Amino acid sequence: MNQPLSNPDMPVKQTGMAVLFCAVMKRDLMLAFRRRSDLLNPLIFFLMVASLFPLGISPEPTFLEQLAPGVVWVGALLATLLSMDSLFRSDFDDGTLEQTLLSPQPLFLVVLAKVIAHWAMTGLPLTLMAPLLGLMLFLPTEGMGGLMLSLLIGTPTLSLIGAIGAALTVGLRKGGVLISLLVLPLYIPVLIFGAGAVQAAVTGLPLGGYLALLGAMLALGIALAPLAIAAALRISVSG
Amino acid sequence: MAENKKWLPRWFYQMASPRWCYEFCGRLLPWFVVAAVLLLGAGTAWALAWAPADYQQGNSFRIIYIHVPAAILAQSCYMLMAVAGAIGLIWKMKVADMVAKSCAPIGATIAVLALATGAIWGKPTWGAWWVWDARLTSMLVLLFLYLGVIALHSAMESENTAAQATSVLALVGLVNIPIIKYSVEWWNTLHQPATFTLTEKPAMPMEMWLPLLVMVIGFYCFFSVSLMLRVRNEILHRERRAGWVRTLLEKA
Repeated sequence: MNQPLSNPDMPVKQTGMAVLFCAVMKRDLMLAFRRRSDLLNPLIFFLMVASLFPLGISPEPTFLEQLAPGVVWVGALLATLLSMDSLFRSDFDDGTLEQTLLSPQPLFLVVLAKVIAHWAMTGLPLTLMAPLLGLMLFLPTEGMGGLMLSLLIGTPTLSLIGAIGAALTVGLRKGGVLISLLVLPLYIPVLIFGAGAVQAAVTGLPLGGYLALLGAMLALGIALAPLAIAAALRISVSG
Repeated sequence: MAENKKWLPRWFYQMASPRWCYEFCGRLLPWFVVAAVLLLGAGTAWALAWAPADYQQGNSFRIIYIHVPAAILAQSCYMLMAVAGAIGLIWKMKVADMVAKSCAPIGATIAVLALATGAIWGKPTWGAWWVWDARLTSMLVLLFLYLGVIALHSAMESENTAAQATSVLALVGLVNIPIIKYSVEWWNTLHQPATFTLTEKPAMPMEMWLPLLVMVIGFYCFFSVSLMLRVRNEILHRERRAGWVRTLLEKA
C-alpha cells in the first residue's frame, strides 16, 4: 500500500502525493458544492437541535447558560454524525470507491484528503455557526472563544472517527442508525474535553489543558484513523 | 517459508484448524466445568458465610464478590475479542474469528451483570441506583462498544466480511478504551479506587481478599467454559458441510 514511500526518487513521489492529496480534496469539495442542500442540512439540523432544548427544558436564561456548552457540543456531534453516512456512499454506489482501492496510490492519503474535505464542509461551518447558537442559549461572551477553539480542534477528530463507522457500514443498505451505534461511544472523550473547555472558558479557568488534550486526540486520530478507515473500506468493498 | 514461521509455536497453527480446535476444547471442557463449579461454589459460600462483614457497609458489601469479578472479566473479555480479531485479520484464521464473535455476547452480558450489581450496591452505599461516576460510565461505554460490535456483526450477511469488519471495530475500540477510561476519570470520580490488584498489597484484609481471588478465578473458568461451548457450536455451524462434522453428527 505504501510502496511509493520506499522509492528512491523521493522528491518526485512527494510532489506526486501532494498532487494526489489536493486532487482528491478538490474533487470532494467540488462535488459537495454542486449539491448545496446536502451541505446545508447538517447546519439546519444543528440549529434545530439547539432550539429544542429551550423548548423542551426551560427558556430561563440562567438555566440555559449552564446548559449551553454541553448542548452546543452535543448538537455539533450529532450534526457531524448525521452527515457521516454520505462520506463514502455516493463513491461506493457509482464504483469510484472500487477504482480508488484498485489504484496504486496510498489509500491512507486518499482517505485523509476525503475526511479533511468532509470536515471543511461540515465541521468548519459548524464551528463558525456555533457562536450564534451560543447566543441563543445565553452562553456568556467569555465562553465564545473557548467554544470556537474547542470545536475547531474537536470536530476534525469527530470526522475522523465517524469516517471509520462510515467505512465499516458503506456496504450495507441501512447504514444510518448503525453508524451512530458504532461511533457514539468513541465520541465520548472528545465530547467530555470539548464541553469541558467551554465550561472552563465560561468560568475563567485556563483552558490550555483541555485544548492540548483535544489536540492530542486529533494527532492520534490523524495518525491512526486513516489506517482503520482504509482497512474498513477494503473489507466493505470486497465483501 | 518454514523458517519464517518458526517464531510462532506449533499449537498456534494447530488451533487454526477448526477440527483440532473443536476436539481440543472438548478435551479441556470437563476440567474447566469442574474448576468453575468448585471455585464458584466454594467462593460464594466463603464470601457469604465466613468472610467478615465490612465495618462501614455491613453485609451489603458482599456483593463485591460478584461485582468485581464481573467488572474485571468484562474488560479482559474485550481484550480477548480484540486480540482474537487481530489474529483473524492478520493470519486469516477462521477459528480466531469465531472466538471473537463468541466473545461479544458473553462480554456484553457480563458488563450488564457488573452494571446491575454495581447499581444494587450503589443504592445502600451511595443512596442512588446510578451516579455519573467515572467507573460506572466507562463500564457503560464498554457495554456500548460490545453492543456496537454485536450490531455490526448481525447487520452483515457474509460471515467473513462481518468477522473482518467487527475485528477492525474491536481494534479501534481497544485503542479508545484507555482514552475513554482516563477522560471519564478526570471528568468525575466518586467510585473507590480499584479493589483488586495482584501487583500491590491488597487494601482489604486477607480474609476478605482471598474469597475474592477465588471468585475471580472462578469467573474466569466459567467464562472459559461458556466461551468454549460457544466456539464449539460456532465451529459445528460453520463447518456443517465438512465431512468430520457430518460423521460426528451421525454418531450422535
